Amino acid sequence: MNSALRVSATDNVATALEDLAPGSLIDVGGEQVVIAERIPRGHKLALRAIAAGESIVKYGSPIGAATVDIAPGVHVHVHNVASARGRGDLPAPTAAEAGMPAPRIAEPDDVLAAAPFRDGR
Amino acid sequence: MNPANDFRGFVRPDGRVGVRNHVLIVPTVICAAVVAERIAAAISPHGAVLPHLAGCGQLGPDLHTTHQTLAAYCGHPNVGAVLVVALGCEQVVAQTLADTARRAGKPAMVVAIQSEGGTVRTTSRGIEYANRLVEAAVAERTSCDASSLILSVKCGGSDYTSGLAANPVLGRVADRIVSLGGAVVIGEIAEIMGAEHLLAARATTPATSSQLLRVIDRVEFEARTLGLDIRGTQPSPGNIRGGLTTIEEKSLGATQKAGERTPLRDVVGYSQPVARGGLTVMDTPGLDVESVTGMVGGGAQVVVFTTGLGTPTGNPIAPVIKITGNARTAQSMADNIDLDVSGVIGADEAIDAAADRLFAAVLDVCSGEATAAERLGHTEFAIHRRNPTI
Repeated sequence: MNSALRVSATDNVATALEDLAPGSLIDVGGEQVVIAERIPRGHKLALRAIAAGESIVKYGSPIGAATVDIAPGVHVHVHNVASARGRGDLPAPTAAEAGMPAPRIAEPDDVLAAAPFRDGR
Repeated sequence: MNPANDFRGFVRPDGRVGVRNHVLIVPTVICAAVVAERIAAAISPHGAVLPHLAGCGQLGPDLHTTHQTLAAYCGHPNVGAVLVVALGCEQVVAQTLADTARRAGKPAMVVAIQSEGGTVRTTSRGIEYANRLVEAAVAERTSCDASSLILSVKCGGSDYTSGLAANPVLGRVADRIVSLGGAVVIGEIAEIMGAEHLLAARATTPATSSQLLRVIDRVEFEARTLGLDIRGTQPSPGNIRGGLTTIEEKSLGATQKAGERTPLRDVVGYSQPVARGGLTVMDTPGLDVESVTGMVGGGAQVVVFTTGLGTPTGNPIAPVIKITGNARTAQSMADNIDLDVSGVIGADEAIDAAADRLFAAVLDVCSGEATAAERLGHTEFAIHRRNPTI
């Protein structure tokens, strides 16, 4: 059994199939990688240098972006990868982006027409 | 007809095919749930019951969803007869549920707590009715083929093995059932996020493709309008310990269970009927029990549920088959797991060989073999709701 698995040829990470110790040399589909730190079984390691902002690619598709520069053999997980999806903590979309009609600024005459003051105040 | 693709099921008067023959006891409202449970227990092992938290104090879409879900179970082919247990003053209409069952050709009766006169009289009258329904529901299994199946695909308690073994194996079975003329339904909209491009590319019409993208956008829009980051729950803390980093990674692994070739025929609402033939995406939350409840409401007769960390979830009327790609879980939670496909990860077993085993297991279960969840009495049921109770 291989000690790590790369799913798709374009992936820049592989999944550890056993706990990997720092300093060990592993072979992932013909590529040699030196493990830089402990990688728990089931977690991912970088197969090559990944710059901050660059996509992490697994299954041939992006799974998020690196938040810092990641060297080959380094543990790739929530501490150095950010998801781009479902991020309600990021700035909200404009009404137009959300498909809502742009708010209309009411004129004073509209307001008076809608709710006339009966006593003239 | 190839006998290797056959199973022995119940052909219903409306032409649908069931894989179980339950007498379903349905409380219209939470207030009738305990009486319904006691009636079901008295006719064990024939009685299945749908205890739920809704049925009154609901408005608009939530009331509709409750009614739709309960009615869908009353008309479901895994059900042979229906007893509706009402309180008497609730919103959900007992007669409508009974009529849905009768329209599908099933015997159906109603008992109501207020008109019957209390818990004791209603329970004893309900048991009397239920025993009559057990006799009325007697049916024989006959030979049926896989084209009559609607398979629900689900994953829960995912870890790194889910996307590498169990989901690809289930995906092959999904492809096979669709190629035989059957249907597959996948839910959990949040867990398609990040992999929607793969499903949208298989949509049979541009309208279906844009419908899929719209329901996914809705999840992101809801997160944004609430100012919440879904990373608080997606991936879950257990997923993260198991090695999954982002929702995109989880989704790309999860979506594989819907197959690689299945055409995307339709995108439907919660508990709405699933399209015949091909793949349907149902708008369900990721919470396992709510998701399975909705997909069975949509007409799925059988569920295959992949898990990495292990989970016990079942359903009151549909068998739920558990498979895992995690060898440790297969041992540590052996009583919950039906099939171990962990050999796929170490390349000890080819994906196609594991898929053959799973397909055979699905047909055996559809012919009546009990799943682990059925043997353990796991009958979880929860109707999705979006709005507050009034």
